Amino acid sequence: MAEHPQKVPSRPLSPHLGIYRWPVTMATSITHRMTGVALAGGTLLIAWWLIAVSYGPETFSLFSSTMSTPLGQVVLFGFAWSLAYHLVNGIRHLAWDFGYGFAVPTANKTGIMAFAASLLLAGGFFALAYLGKGGYYQ
Amino acid sequence: MSLETPLHKVEGLGSAHSGVGHFKHQRVTAIALIPLTVWFAVSALGLVGVKEVSVLIFLSNPLNAVLLGTFILISLYHMALGIQEVIVDYVPHEGAKLFLMFCNYGFAFLVAAVCAVALLRISI
Repeated sequence: MAEHPQKVPSRPLSPHLGIYRWPVTMATSITHRMTGVALAGGTLLIAWWLIAVSYGPETFSLFSSTMSTPLGQVVLFGFAWSLAYHLVNGIRHLAWDFGYGFAVPTANKTGIMAFAASLLLAGGFFALAYLGKGGYYQ
Repeated sequence: MSLETPLHKVEGLGSAHSGVGHFKHQRVTAIALIPLTVWFAVSALGLVGVKEVSVLIFLSNPLNAVLLGTFILISLYHMALGIQEVIVDYVPHEGAKLFLMFCNYGFAFLVAAVCAVALLRISI
């Protein structure tokens, strides 16, 4: 152990995440990555659903009753919203790849639109399901 | 057509030792996933609250089984590419990076295999 720990010179540090006001584009970018990682977990949900279907009615009812609990519904809504957001914002990214929508006001506007559209899509899905408009593949 | 320079091909550099190929595959899978995700959402809504037998009937239609299989496989490939991007962004240590990359692709192949076996058990 060093008896005289090296003193860190008090140089000015470059500003990091904590100091910035969050611009829309920063929020959409981080959310895109977070929803992507969340959707990786969502693949396990689909795998579980398929396994449950392949094993028979008891296993399937365990799956559906788990998903019907409040926690299950929250997880499902998180999955639906993540998928909707990643889809909508992914289209925004593809537009950028083709060179469209780079102007800051446009990027801000499409960013807010992506948040709004994803909430509408996921909310609409759940509204239809709760209103009994789902389940048409009886 | 390859966008990689001959030098880049020889060196195989980039933080994940690949470059343009990853970028292109991510975009191509993204485009394919747009209609597939819409199909998946419409199908999922149609299967809300149904009994197991209804799902079996839905997946006994080869079109639905193939579309679901395609959606899952392309999603998993797109997922592996995306998680790889996250890993190379945040993990500078070569060993840890290699290990996480192994886990990433291992996870993708494992989930793909599980889903494939389940789908085959259902639809055959």
